[in-house]
Amino acid sequence: MLILECPYCGVKAEETELAAGGEAHLKRFGPGSSDDEFHDYLFMRENPKGVHFERWRHANGCGKWFHAARCTMTLEVFGTYTAQTSVPTQEIIDKIAAKRPGWTWREFADEK
Amino acid sequence: MKRYSVFAVAREALRYHTGWERAWRSPEPKRHYDVVIVGAGGHGLATAYYLGKNFGITNVAIIEKGWLGGGNTGRNTTIIRSNYLQDPSAAIYEKARSLYETMSQDLNYNVMFSPRGVIMLAQTEHEIRGYKRTAHANQQQGVQTEWISPERVKEIVPIINLDGPRYPVLGGLYQERGGTARHDAVAWGYARACSDMGMDIIQKCEVTGVRTENGRTVGVDTTKGPIDCDKIGMIVAGNASVLSEMAGFRLPMESVALQAMVSEPIKPCMDVVVMANTVHGYMSQSDKGEMVIGGGTDGFNNYTQRGSFHHIEETVRALVETFPMVSRLKMLRQWGGIVDVTGDRSPIISKTPVQNCFINCGWGTGGFKSIPGSGWAMAELMATGHSPLTEEFTINRFKEGKFIDESVAAGVAH
Repeated sequence: MLILECPYCGVKAEETELAAGGEAHLKRFGPGSSDDEFHDYLFMRENPKGVHFERWRHANGCGKWFHAARCTMTLEVFGTYTAQTSVPTQEIIDKIAAKRPGWTWREFADEK
Repeated sequence: MKRYSVFAVAREALRYHTGWERAWRSPEPKRHYDVVIVGAGGHGLATAYYLGKNFGITNVAIIEKGWLGGGNTGRNTTIIRSNYLQDPSAAIYEKARSLYETMSQDLNYNVMFSPRGVIMLAQTEHEIRGYKRTAHANQQQGVQTEWISPERVKEIVPIINLDGPRYPVLGGLYQERGGTARHDAVAWGYARACSDMGMDIIQKCEVTGVRTENGRTVGVDTTKGPIDCDKIGMIVAGNASVLSEMAGFRLPMESVALQAMVSEPIKPCMDVVVMANTVHGYMSQSDKGEMVIGGGTDGFNNYTQRGSFHHIEETVRALVETFPMVSRLKMLRQWGGIVDVTGDRSPIISKTPVQNCFINCGWGTGGFKSIPGSGWAMAELMATGHSPLTEEFTINRFKEGKFIDESVAAGVAH
């Protein structure tokens, strides 16, 4: 069973309390962007076997959105962090680097 | 290959069953093949089979990292139907269903195809409208389905409770020629036929890299060494994104866990497949007497081949209202598989940005029923570069906005 700690209210919530929100740190594209950019934003998804970053919502709790770093192979959780960022915290990145040497993910988008 | 027949059984009975051969060879890989199929599940083996049977291409290797048919082919709920709303889906699933009808004879292998009928229950007003629409569409597509009344549902499925407090049964979409088949036997039958045509099925051999030169594929690296090939077919379901990344392109896809379970065996009580999409549950009874129950997918990316516990409860809870007798059943086994889900819940059977590299994935939660049709179409695509069945299922359809939107049409259990 997947348990994530909500970074806002501090509750260690198990899955039924949470709603999965898909890939984290997507750079949004709207009117005026190219077909490729729009396509990638809407449909292309990171689908790694290993380290992954996701959006979650503490739906049956405080109701807030947050981010989680997780391993899709083992369901190990590396940490959760605020929704108001486009990159994970250094602490989480260090933790992942220690546990999964050589890990990769796509470039973190610069959300502006 | 010695053919299986009643005479073979009698002959072997007289000599203590010492004369049976292995159903397929397990050779070491050669250095070069015309075609390498990655993934020896149903879809991969079917593709190889039709490459040989329809196009005479037999210098083929089928590479499998685990064991043959050990992925989603051995983890599904074995339902076969073709009552899809969209034309391209109906075409390929109906092709598959029709191939299932003669598969045992074609392969000389009993796949236990049982056209026992499939009912999809309508339990909300929206579903009534949706299924009536599907029934009309199916009529145009030449797929034999009909809308049936609650009374008729009760006639076909006596154990059903029509007037549940939350989700009464308001009717159903009935496909009389749908049904089930033995999932392992489908993989084994294709494997035996492929091996007989001289193809090499190489198990416990993981692909670690896809080699390309000037934008075209030249071979794969595996745990049993490099293998050169002219064409690659990637048919690996949940691991499609991992493999495509090796080849250098991305897929509009996410891998999630889907679960199923079986109950203890009981006396025959339901000779039809019933799907209840509103409440996320579907059920049939196996020949052994177990109730085979499938549920919904988890909401998050997962490669662990096991699903979340709460989905088991949700699934069974949903069924208890419609089938009160289920509440007395003990569940024997539960398992999960990793399904590859695209944005429009339809598969991708397509050429890729890498030349001579073909991909067949995205079957999501509905792969088993399509195995022969998918193999048929994929073989045609790989051999000739074009197949009428796959035209709409390209990798580029998302960019063009040409979705084959079955997520709306089929609900969840798909």
